[in-house]
Amino acid sequence: MPTLDPVRLTAREAKRLLVDGEISAAELAKVYLDQISAVEAAVRAFILVTADNAAKYSTKVDREMQATRGPLAGLPIAIKDNMVTEGVTTTCASRILSNYMPVYTATAVRQVWEDHVVMLGKTNLDEFAMGSSTENSAYQTTRNPWDLATVPGGSSGGSAAAVAAGETLWALGSDTGGSIRQPAALCGVVGMKPTYGAVSRYGLIAFASSLDQIGPLTRSVYDCALLLQHLVGQDPKDSTSVALPEPVTLPDAERLDGLRVGIPSEYLAAGIEPGVRARFDETIARLEELGGRCTEISLPHTEYALPAYYIIAPAEASANLARFDGVRYGHRCAEPVDLLDMYERTRGEGFGPEVKRRIMIGTYALSAGYYDAYYGRAQRVRTLVRGDFEEAFAGVDLIASPTTPTVAFKAGSRTADPLSMYVCDICTIPVNLAGLPAISIPCGLSDGLPVGFQLIGPAFSENRILQAAHALEGAIGFEPAPTFRDSSAGEQATEPASSGEVAS
Amino acid sequence: MIGEDDVRYVAKLARLRLEPDEVARMTGELAKILAHIDKMSELDVAAVPPTAHVLDVVNVAREDRPQDGLSRADALRNAPAVSDDCFRVPRMG
Repeated sequence: MPTLDPVRLTAREAKRLLVDGEISAAELAKVYLDQISAVEAAVRAFILVTADNAAKYSTKVDREMQATRGPLAGLPIAIKDNMVTEGVTTTCASRILSNYMPVYTATAVRQVWEDHVVMLGKTNLDEFAMGSSTENSAYQTTRNPWDLATVPGGSSGGSAAAVAAGETLWALGSDTGGSIRQPAALCGVVGMKPTYGAVSRYGLIAFASSLDQIGPLTRSVYDCALLLQHLVGQDPKDSTSVALPEPVTLPDAERLDGLRVGIPSEYLAAGIEPGVRARFDETIARLEELGGRCTEISLPHTEYALPAYYIIAPAEASANLARFDGVRYGHRCAEPVDLLDMYERTRGEGFGPEVKRRIMIGTYALSAGYYDAYYGRAQRVRTLVRGDFEEAFAGVDLIASPTTPTVAFKAGSRTADPLSMYVCDICTIPVNLAGLPAISIPCGLSDGLPVGFQLIGPAFSENRILQAAHALEGAIGFEPAPTFRDSSAGEQATEPASSGEVAS
Repeated sequence: MIGEDDVRYVAKLARLRLEPDEVARMTGELAKILAHIDKMSELDVAAVPPTAHVLDVVNVAREDRPQDGLSRADALRNAPAVSDDCFRVPRMG
């Protein structure tokens, strides 16, 4: 067996090693389970590690599936814990679902299971995917492998940190306002939000149904395309899913001749820190060296996207989370005196502070007398944000921006002020409002921490985005080198106490 | 400006028990968030149609063919309380 570096191994290479018989699925699973054993105490990316199942299933792939192997057979994967998995607890990082055992499996997960991937476990997230640092998990705080004093981003912070730390080959996340791209940027990995509807949401525990989308977190753009191929598809169980007009192809572009790329001036005005701006400008220069033509464009309603999002997403969340009432599943409060008391105490005990805030904002925005002023207006602003993109894409093929205004920030530094956390997603939220596909790829370091470069395309332009990202990735030559250092070591401990309810 | 009475009223609508200290904290936080959201009122959107959904799909229906749903046992598997093969809940107040 060749010596494998779990932090750098791509799925493309792992698949070749498996197909050529240079490594077995069981050996590959062990590479990642060993890395989990080595670093998980520091990173805490997983809510649940399914080590026994991974060992057993990978052995089965080796022994019984030689002739019937699916296209992803034996490739280890981690799943964000807001996708339901039959027979494997699914918590959404919430106390209200601490004992929830799904009786069915999300379509996107089922599709990769049917291709015989090996599931390593369920990854941490902000409770119900609401947050940008994974600090809103009821169970544990995940740390960024590049500096353990900083956050991995969120809400798919567990998935991004696990990929960056070499605890998995790749992972699934979900993106409602940036929850795949922002943690991918902060952890130095590739993350893609597909066009709304491209991947079934069936079995993705709903946060904001008109915005949520499942997508891949990987170590290369090629891997991102490979995984996406197996996620997409129209699903009779999700009426908002649609078939892509063309299949996802594996990218091979090395040049970008003639590609027209727009750079929205509003995104660069949005408090981008100098180190991020420097890496962004260098990447734009590379893009032009590859033959791309960059022009400044305007998305004039950008500053209204965040306010509109923070009505629309909480409004949908307040409706979606009404199902957690202590009747059919999840937590129920002790000794309720009557039905209303049960609803109120169950939810008061089961939800954390950020989820409560969003339920409250959403309920307020939908309540009589405020509906038109808030929800109605936000839906109209959403139309304007979509219109900005439509006009822009009349003149350019793709739009480029930094994925996030800053690199990974210190754990605890933004938890006291919800708005300071919300602005992390200023460059990603408009994309969800418009339902567009976008990718984040690592484009270098600032102060030793990864910087993300975002490419946004028109609806169903996944292949165009992947080709451009692939060519750029080759030119950038980003080296994953998470240090697992803790820059706060020696300082006074800022570690929030763990609740001790870790399922693993 | 949102006040503590509004917060208590909305919490009731949301079936969410908030402790007194939570009401106070939530009132301040929501006021700040809503002030940010009020930026939207700078725009004249009277003539702009609303977007509820980005996809132009309407009335998506799958073929009307009988198929198995969740079994009763599976549906009840996660229930906090069951009685006579039904979800059991406390009495209405």
